[in-house]
Amino acid sequence: MTSTLTPVRSKRSALTKGQLPKYAPYIVLAAALIVGAAILALIGFNAFGWGLVSALLFAVGLVSWSAAVEGSRKAKDRLATCLVVGSFLVALLPLVSVIWTVLVNGVPGLLNPGFLSSSMNGVTGVYDNRAVEEGAPVLGGIYHALLGTVQITLLATVISVPVGLLTAIYLVEYGNDGRLARAITFFVDVMTGIPSIVAGLFAAAFFFAVVGPGTKTGAVAAVALSVLMIPVVVRSSEEMLKIVPNELREAAYALGVRKWRTILKVVIPTAISGIASGVTLAIARVIGETAPILVTAGFATSINSNVFGGWMASLPTFIYTQILNPTSPANPDPSSERAWGAALVLIILVMILNLAARLIARIFAPKAGR
Amino acid sequence: MTATSLTSTQGAGRTGDKIFSGAALAAGCLILAVLFGVALFLVVQAIPALTAPAAEIQGGAGFFAYIWPIVIGTLIAAVIALVIATPIAIGVALFISHFAPRGLAAGLGYVVDLLAAIPSVVYGAWGATFLAREISPAYNWLADNMGWLPIFQGPASATGKTILTAGIVLSVMVLPIITSLSREIFLQTPKLHEEAALALGATRWEMIKMSVLPFARPGIISAVMLGLGRALGETMAVALVLSSGALTASLIQSGNQTIAAEIALNFPEASGLKVSTLIAAGLVLFVITLAVNMIARWIITRHKEFSGAN
Repeated sequence: MTSTLTPVRSKRSALTKGQLPKYAPYIVLAAALIVGAAILALIGFNAFGWGLVSALLFAVGLVSWSAAVEGSRKAKDRLATCLVVGSFLVALLPLVSVIWTVLVNGVPGLLNPGFLSSSMNGVTGVYDNRAVEEGAPVLGGIYHALLGTVQITLLATVISVPVGLLTAIYLVEYGNDGRLARAITFFVDVMTGIPSIVAGLFAAAFFFAVVGPGTKTGAVAAVALSVLMIPVVVRSSEEMLKIVPNELREAAYALGVRKWRTILKVVIPTAISGIASGVTLAIARVIGETAPILVTAGFATSINSNVFGGWMASLPTFIYTQILNPTSPANPDPSSERAWGAALVLIILVMILNLAARLIARIFAPKAGR
Repeated sequence: MTATSLTSTQGAGRTGDKIFSGAALAAGCLILAVLFGVALFLVVQAIPALTAPAAEIQGGAGFFAYIWPIVIGTLIAAVIALVIATPIAIGVALFISHFAPRGLAAGLGYVVDLLAAIPSVVYGAWGATFLAREISPAYNWLADNMGWLPIFQGPASATGKTILTAGIVLSVMVLPIITSLSREIFLQTPKLHEEAALALGATRWEMIKMSVLPFARPGIISAVMLGLGRALGETMAVALVLSSGALTASLIQSGNQTIAAEIALNFPEASGLKVSTLIAAGLVLFVITLAVNMIARWIITRHKEFSGAN
């Protein structure tokens, strides 16, 4: 009996002495979960509290055990690890919560008949009251807002892409890191930080001064969005143009090709996948902007397909107005149902654009090697 | 014959070159012009509010009396956001750069970027309908137990639509900005410094404290400044979440207002002098964020020159 014990003892060498076993965190975690559940059972159980209490117990338990066995330096290391992992988990909480809230509230709104194919034209509080009191279907939809978002974003893209791309070409191909190029780079960076509402106010103030006071159309909103979009396009295109190998340019010059044709036929085709994915990400960034559209395009409840005339709705402003000023103040539920449905559509649009950017970058990437 | 055809093609090419480089230069200058135009048009449209008699401005006490409470409110919301977001963001960045398993790190980085992809109005709606409701018991607890602190003075708002809730929503929105910038900086730490620290027997935390954090300090500061710029200018989170009012010291009562939310809530229905008052408020916001961003960029460029030495 004793003879079998001695070799086991001797395996614990001086090198591993004074260390917690590898499975120590799992033991502490299990204990923390059980004790946490017990404590929560006493004061009323809820999942969030259980997670919080267990996490605290886990950190305290593991760190004090480590301090007792391994000494203070290792204990500090374990504490730092707990804090870092904990902060990551805390950061995930709002993401999960937002996506869950949007899904739970948005799916019923999305399933309302005609949600994607009708506008809010003629939908008044009377219908919403009827929907709540008599169980009639919730009327009204987001067709006008969807149309407005697509048109405003498209126009903004049409303005921003040429300006942004040409600026990037200037910075990389013509700028030579001179004073003007450095000034542009600096101010593009500064422009990235313009608050979106200030961009909206700028577009509004510009059109008030040029066209006339109170000018609110989709085009004004598109100008506001371009102010936000151009710096993003410049930065991403600049990065992409910079990584085009210089050998390609030199080979083209050696064949006697003009600089502008080199840029158009050699440099841009090489970088096109990166540029396209950068533009897609820029669209994804501005499609959800609310504040600039709020101050430039007003709110509309009916379909307006003319970007250059009349107020225009968009998905973000639709969500905003439906939540802040429900169609029927007495029964805000149908309005919030529509708002969450629109939020779901908006998030899906943004996610599709993000995925598309990644796919574009992968599929059209220039083939490396032969 | 050959000579003429040669010169003619040369001429055509040269015109193309000139047009193209001219267009590129014009686009670059247009950006400078737009930034200048933002300032110019805001100033032009704001002048009526700045020169109008004090009694005609909203509140009846002049533009300065109108603007300073909402400037303070903006700063309060931004400071709350940064106090919450900075430690968490640095923790998340460290987790992705130094703690997470290699294979997972890229995927986890993408998850954090998802936080940035969600539109601000959705955060606002989430804060107004979900977070405000869930968090109001905590405010009651704070008012009961910590009420002696001026910032937690009761009675707490029953709806939870307070500046603290708005600050929490803002912190979620600036978190991905600070995280992604600090992550980049952490990954740039010279590998030799890290390995030297580990070879001397440092634990992982000691390695981070001795080599990563000192190297990254300017980067973290500028990341926080950029987050501050975002938090100052963010509109929707505050406009939807906060039930605004006069400036109050208590963070758990309704009250306070930020510049961006003030503009968003009032601009659509404004007319006449009110429009230029709001545009003047936007000008103040623009100047504040411009200063914050320029300081941040200045720190980054200064840092770039030093980091090349490694």
